[in-house]
Amino acid sequence: MSAVPNRPSARTAVPPKRTVRQPFDWTGLLFALGLTLVIVVPLLVVGTWAFTEVWRYPSLIPQQFGLRFWSQTLARADVWNALFLSLRLTTVVTVLSAIICLPAAYAFARLSFPGRNLLFLSFLASHAFPKFGLLVAIAGIFLHVGLIATFWGVVLIQLVSTLMLMIWVPVSAFQAVDRRMEEAARDAGAGPLRVFWSITLPQAGPTIFAAMLMTFVNTFYETEGAWLIGAPQIRTMPVLMISFINNQLVVQYGAVLSVMLWVPSLLALIFARRAVGTGAFARGFGA
Amino acid sequence: MARLTIRNICKSFGSGFAVNDVSLDVENGELVCLLGPSGSGKSTLLRMIGGFERPSAGEILIDGRDITHLPPERRPTGMVFQSHALWTHWTVFDNIAFGLKLRRLPRADIREKVEQALAMVGLADYGQRMTTQLSGGQQQRVALARSLVLEPKILLLDEPFASLDQHLRERLRDEVKDIQSRLGITTLFVTHGQDEALALADRIVVMRDGVMEQVAPPDVIYRAPQTEFVAGFIGSMNFLRADVEDGVARHDDLTLPLPIADGPVILGIRPEAMSLTPSERPRAGKVHRLIDFGTHKLIDIDLTDGTRIKCMAGPDARAPRGLRVELGVSAFHAFRDGRQVYQTTSDLEATERSMSHA
Ligand SMILES: Nc1ncnc2c1ncn2[C@@H]1O[C@H](COP(=O)(O)OP(=O)(O)OP(=O)(O)O)[C@@H](O)[C@H]1O
Ligand SMILES: [Mg+2]
Repeated sequence: MSAVPNRPSARTAVPPKRTVRQPFDWTGLLFALGLTLVIVVPLLVVGTWAFTEVWRYPSLIPQQFGLRFWSQTLARADVWNALFLSLRLTTVVTVLSAIICLPAAYAFARLSFPGRNLLFLSFLASHAFPKFGLLVAIAGIFLHVGLIATFWGVVLIQLVSTLMLMIWVPVSAFQAVDRRMEEAARDAGAGPLRVFWSITLPQAGPTIFAAMLMTFVNTFYETEGAWLIGAPQIRTMPVLMISFINNQLVVQYGAVLSVMLWVPSLLALIFARRAVGTGAFARGFGA
Repeated sequence: MARLTIRNICKSFGSGFAVNDVSLDVENGELVCLLGPSGSGKSTLLRMIGGFERPSAGEILIDGRDITHLPPERRPTGMVFQSHALWTHWTVFDNIAFGLKLRRLPRADIREKVEQALAMVGLADYGQRMTTQLSGGQQQRVALARSLVLEPKILLLDEPFASLDQHLRERLRDEVKDIQSRLGITTLFVTHGQDEALALADRIVVMRDGVMEQVAPPDVIYRAPQTEFVAGFIGSMNFLRADVEDGVARHDDLTLPLPIADGPVILGIRPEAMSLTPSERPRAGKVHRLIDFGTHKLIDIDLTDGTRIKCMAGPDARAPRGLRVELGVSAFHAFRDGRQVYQTTSDLEATERSMSHA
């Protein structure tokens, strides 16, 4: 080490003791403020509206708070029906998507078969086109086979939109699993399926859990497909909210519903932190 | 417990052969070391025996049964990977118990066997730890216990101690040897370290570019290398270019009787077969430096033809730098075209004689 002379620049690069005032990070502040404005303010406004009874124009804060619209909204049977329907739908879609996509993702990650790349691309391709056009096309097909306005029709359409996330993210998760671990399990006497279940899946677990959670939340809020295929019989929460806003010019109904819609995603997030721990959750996203 | 037979095994990964026409018999309870430079095909050979790589040609038999096309889970082999490949989402206990659970043993039996295995590798109290909470050496021992608990007929070890420090390696090496001979498991052991091979093996296989150069017990490999490569790879060996004329090999600093046909030859001389005497000759070799190993000293000598040779001397030897010396040789090997063509009979016979006297 000492035989290698230090380059002179390496010495002078260390500054003499001098107090340097850190320049104020204006860009950072502006950025943070901008983000706050875009994200928090609308949330705040909607949140406030949900608990407001009277709020007339020039005033900055509502004239009268109250829970009247909550009790009115919660008294409606269609709201509860929509909520339970949404939960049922979302669970079914997420579970089905996992059952279909995880083995497929594993195949993409570990096996090489003819047409692998083409097939992989085709999964992504469904997201390369404007979604609504695709949905209309699918709706046309569904009309023929009698899936329009049925539970399973909506399940199918929403399943299609989950494919990309549930394939792409798990593929990279599976690729990150040490092959030697799988080989060691084969060596211990486990067949390929058992290895997948006992070794590969738990190893890729946090990432896959994150992907499933995102799928759940995305599906819960999905409206276009649910509306196009499901209407008028199948009305999910977001679809109901849209029809409320469209049909009645009372802001509060929409506000109350949208506050209600925050609940599942909040719950999901809290659950995720509990179940996986922040570190693992972040690792799942490749941090 | 089992006998492993490998017949004309080849493996190519598209370009060239990683393993080329290897045949080997490993006897019941024998420990064979695979030794060779990086990329010589040791791992590939081992992985084919374990079932993780499909041979391009040839067959593998265990106790006479052809297992060439069986998947790993149906082979009676146990492999310890270089990277230990522990399942990090389970505890040490669960790691070792996994194979037993697959065999549907009763719970109590599993518990007992796992505890025995843990005790055997000296980790009795570590069952409930996660594998990531262990040191490298402990992880390596868990990997060993995980394989041993399943009582494989053939144990395959791929450089299991490569990432450990010298002391730990020696200790684990002795442990493995003890366990292996106690249980009588037929074992193939891949290693980079020739000292490891010499210390452990009943027989050593020296590999080079996918081909077996020599298969022999350690003392034979050391004392009677069949090729120049083996001679240079196992232990240290001084190589000198010489010319044979009328049954005498001539080099600037040496003249040795060598009853082979005339022509160029490469002389191989072990450091311990050399002796030095001070010389007045102006073109004699010069002492370059002296390294003291405590038990012996190693003297580097620069010859006038530019080669540097090593010479072993007793712990009290003295040789100031620059001293001119004459070389004495008590035993040597001669190589032509990479193959040994002659060796002085003294070493092997001498050891055999002293052994039979004892
Ligand atoms: N999966 C693979 N695909 C292509 N080539 C491979 C593969 N595995 C090994 N090889 C090649 O086969 C040859 C032998 O490799 P192998 O791993 O058996 O060497 P090794 O003797 O174990 O070396 P080391 O001591 O470095 O572990 C090498 O040239 C290597 O590049
Ligand atoms: Mg190797």
